[in-house]
Amino acid sequence: MYDFTYHRPATIADAAAAFKACAEAQFLSGGQTLLPIMKQRLAKPANLIDLAGIAALRGASVDGQTVVIGATTPHADVAGAAEVRSTIPALAALAECIGDPQVRNRGTIAGSIANSDPSADYPAALLGLGATVRTDRREIAADDFFTGLFETALEEGEIITAVSFPVPKKAGYAKFPNPASRYAIVGVMAVETAAGVRIAVTGARPCVFRATSFEAALGASLSSAAALPAFPADGLNQDIHASAEYRAHLVGVMTKRAIAAAT
Amino acid sequence: MSSISVAMTVNGTRVSESVPARTLLVQLLREQLGLTGTHVGCDTSQCGACNVLVNGRAVKSCTMLAAQADGAEVLTIEGLESDGQLHPMQAAFKEHHALQCGFCTPGMVITAIDLVANDANPGEATIRKYLEGNFCRCTGYHNIVKAIAAGAEAMRS
Ligand code: FES
Ligand code: FES
Repeated sequence: MYDFTYHRPATIADAAAAFKACAEAQFLSGGQTLLPIMKQRLAKPANLIDLAGIAALRGASVDGQTVVIGATTPHADVAGAAEVRSTIPALAALAECIGDPQVRNRGTIAGSIANSDPSADYPAALLGLGATVRTDRREIAADDFFTGLFETALEEGEIITAVSFPVPKKAGYAKFPNPASRYAIVGVMAVETAAGVRIAVTGARPCVFRATSFEAALGASLSSAAALPAFPADGLNQDIHASAEYRAHLVGVMTKRAIAAAT
Repeated sequence: MSSISVAMTVNGTRVSESVPARTLLVQLLREQLGLTGTHVGCDTSQCGACNVLVNGRAVKSCTMLAAQADGAEVLTIEGLESDGQLHPMQAAFKEHHALQCGFCTPGMVITAIDLVANDANPGEATIRKYLEGNFCRCTGYHNIVKAIAAGAEAMRS
């Protein structure tokens, strides 16, 4: 790991000011992705601004029909929070299948979504549930947030403060994990809302996306009896773990499992 | 090189050190404090040999900066015994022959204690699932699973 200067601001305003004042700055949340890539020297920020000292960024709460997860809330806390389990159990279940217990004790929701890894779980939760990303500057709908491979709508120095999830009628998550990394080879969040269904897929393309052909086939409700069209393999990821055709098949299978799991 | 001072409680003792900012928690423990019971198996977040408890939760100390543990309570394998008596989870590992070379054992014991803090009476499936982040290349895991169930029982009584 290359040398850097470490900063630990106590407020969001101080963090934003530190970013502005420093060259080659990067925010650090749980560090479960950033620290490994710094160790590999694939990232070499000259200034690391640790957000963990900002108490306002952490914690889960329910406000009416909205679940709000603070940016630096670790996955284990989302998985274990009674408020989350009782309102959006699929969100707690998704958080519980990220990585392993030690990673879940450190890794955070904002760290995951800001990275926009094509195989990460949380992007499917945000897109499927129609969440809103709150930052120190604005609110961004999940549909507009994930823009590409490791790309998001975040601007330079913009800080995610929380993610708000509207409570759906029902939702379920199913994932086919890579057995070594436990990242999703394919993961599907299937959600039924008053406005219809949303099927969000991670792991299959360079960026999380909605399976609109499945949404059209399902219509207004998540019914396990609905016939889903074959999912095309064009443009899907392929690597040593799974071919594009295999991933296309998994998109259908995981969607059915997510529907079956939905509560 | 940019140095920082970090202060934390390690195994009940206040420590305060000046280290380069890029120092990992595991480097602080092993190289500055001489606590070599915490092992580095992979250095890439896979194996769990480096697990320690930070504020009661198991973390991979190879994937955490010492700076991130500033102000925390850290517990390593060396801090588990009391008055020369093994912690019940350590005793259960010994009793059930849950180690061969022993390299993975400190991380396994730390994970087991973290598990019991969340679930006082974990079943076999729960134990196996909770070991996802801990590799053992010797035992085949069966005796580790048995030891954790027995250790959990001993911790309840
Ligand atoms: S040395 Fe930290 S996980 Fe292997
Ligand atoms: S006892 Fe040798 S690695 Fe587990």
